[in-house]
Amino acid sequence: MNTKQILRLALTVSVVSLLAGCWERPPVDMVQHGYRGTGMAQVYNPRTLAKQQDLNKVPVALPAAPDDGPRAKDIYKNVQVLGDLSVAQFTRHMASITQWVAPQQGCVYCHNPANFAEDSKYTKVVARRMIQMTQHINGNWQQHVAETGVTCYTCHRGYPNPQDQNGQKAYWYAAGDPAHKGGMLGWRDGQDEPAYSVAQSSLPNDPFSPFLLGAQNIRVQGQHALPMGDNKQGTKNAEWTYGLMMHMSKSLGVNCDYCHNSRAFSSWSQSSPQRVTAWYGIRMVRDLNNGYLAPLKPVYDADDLGPKGDAPKLFCATCHKGAYKPLYGQSMLKDFPELAKPSTDGKPLHPLEGEPAPEERKQVTAAVAMP
Amino acid sequence: MPEYQNIFTQVQAHAPSYPGVPLERDRDTRERIGTPVHLKLLGWFGNAQIGPIYLGFLGVAAVFCFIIGFTTIGFNMLVQVDYNPIQFIRQLFWLALEPPKPEYGLKLAPLNEGGWWNIAGVFITASILLWWLRMYRRAKALGMGTHVPWAFAAAIWLYLVLGLIRPVLLGSWSEAPPFGIFPHLDWTAAFSIRYGNLFYNPFHMLSIAFLYGSALLFAMHGATILAVSRYGGEREIEQIVDRGTASERAALFWRWTMGFNATMESVHRWAWWFAVLTCVTGGIGILLTGTVVDNWYLWAVKHHVAPAYPDVWDPATLVDPATLSAPAN
Repeated sequence: MNTKQILRLALTVSVVSLLAGCWERPPVDMVQHGYRGTGMAQVYNPRTLAKQQDLNKVPVALPAAPDDGPRAKDIYKNVQVLGDLSVAQFTRHMASITQWVAPQQGCVYCHNPANFAEDSKYTKVVARRMIQMTQHINGNWQQHVAETGVTCYTCHRGYPNPQDQNGQKAYWYAAGDPAHKGGMLGWRDGQDEPAYSVAQSSLPNDPFSPFLLGAQNIRVQGQHALPMGDNKQGTKNAEWTYGLMMHMSKSLGVNCDYCHNSRAFSSWSQSSPQRVTAWYGIRMVRDLNNGYLAPLKPVYDADDLGPKGDAPKLFCATCHKGAYKPLYGQSMLKDFPELAKPSTDGKPLHPLEGEPAPEERKQVTAAVAMP
Repeated sequence: MPEYQNIFTQVQAHAPSYPGVPLERDRDTRERIGTPVHLKLLGWFGNAQIGPIYLGFLGVAAVFCFIIGFTTIGFNMLVQVDYNPIQFIRQLFWLALEPPKPEYGLKLAPLNEGGWWNIAGVFITASILLWWLRMYRRAKALGMGTHVPWAFAAAIWLYLVLGLIRPVLLGSWSEAPPFGIFPHLDWTAAFSIRYGNLFYNPFHMLSIAFLYGSALLFAMHGATILAVSRYGGEREIEQIVDRGTASERAALFWRWTMGFNATMESVHRWAWWFAVLTCVTGGIGILLTGTVVDNWYLWAVKHHVAPAYPDVWDPATLVDPATLSAPAN
């Protein structure tokens, strides 16, 4: 080879390696997750996993406090949750929340230092509602969270606004109107942009509004070999479902076949037990968004609302943050039994100002049509 | 004697520009315009000569329709990024012109809700059909066979099934693919998922076999001819009837290595049919999807194509929660 040819080869090699930079470099680890020969295998990048280790470390719990003495609700004013704890336990819980949610900002993130009891800061109202939500999850959604349960830390990990494994916001708003709305050109049908929410694919990038707030049909495959006229789902519906699944895959750090046998996505008998857990997870998130997150809208500052004026809502990444189980399945709940079940003991939760009644809430859900 | 025993084109013949054979009709000769140019770079890949150019009525009409269709798609993409040229380049592979939503069926949707997709489709399709006609007419004008236009027609068949015939049969433009790079690939994956896994579609299987077969045949034939070029193997068409030593060596090589050999004639028929059948069988497979088969996996189970595997997990835990009598919450 002469110099010219060597230069040409070098150019080719560098262009190829530049392109290769678009993908994760090998080696990756493969873990079999189904019957041999079915190709059901999880692909893990050990370098990504190493980076996630710190994120999934459980903080040391504060020492347990004695249960004796007067109850918090009898000593402090305006205690609407956790009031049955002893003062020591209550104080420990408040200190833990500070450590979990607002370690930089401290108590004043939620409380007026002049009067801890008043609700002047909206963050305090939200935090109270989130404690109720956490108790609701642990008490009523064990099909998804099992005995492991969740605490504030599961989502917050030291940030008032939950972040995912890549430092992106781990909550969502309904997609805003495109810049060209009402114009002559440029319709995107809710897709066709490199959207982080669906792992940079061109799939519909707000699958959350129809599926995790609304209860649109996620299932697209027919249950008969031949068309029987009972499945009205089209290819475009499949794209929306696909978008939601890309979010789940990215949020859990798993492939499709963590839950499905990809040769027959809809077949339950060929799926893994994780699919059942995920099915309840979708219903849980929908329940929480409708019952807790979306109704908080009137409480927030305008800055906290989305482009369509909606409250921040949660999805898989809010807790999972790239891990198949949040915190790799380590339970923090055992150290905080006060979060294990609703403390209102059957009494209706304190309704928020401006919160729609359950009847209206249903209408809100129905209005979220899949574009 | 040129040397062919290497992997890249080494020989560039330098000669005066060749205007092309004289044709029967004077007009066909007259309408070739422009002074030919020779580019060394092009000579590495094909013929170094560009021009004279012939477009004719069909060519001009095809180019005109293509430009309208192409700019319709392009301007929609440009507005999607708010006329930002940098974002246009960055997002180009993601941008697309989408077909209308399902609720419009076969009606013309409002322009900015898929109507442009129909308009772009009309012009791109017209352009392709005009170009096919042009190919056919040019082949005839040159006194050639019409093998090339008919091969192109196979590709057009697949295109028409995807964008026109199948959506019409299903009664909805929303079933057609979008115009866009990644979006049409994501559409393909979603299409396969919706209809129960296209890999179990036997015509998809055939199409893949012909596609990969085409690549294999292409490599085998190209390699064989280059390998016997020192014996005059490049004169392959003459050697169909006047078999020379190149032909005989190539034939013996394949008989030795795989027990059977094509001939200088039949290898070209193999290649043509493989390429054509890739699109013909692919088109049939798409046409059947959703129209007569709704779930290819279940179809394959019904016809004993898809095997069953032993359970890995307790089947009692793998019950569709939606079917449980009292789903919690």
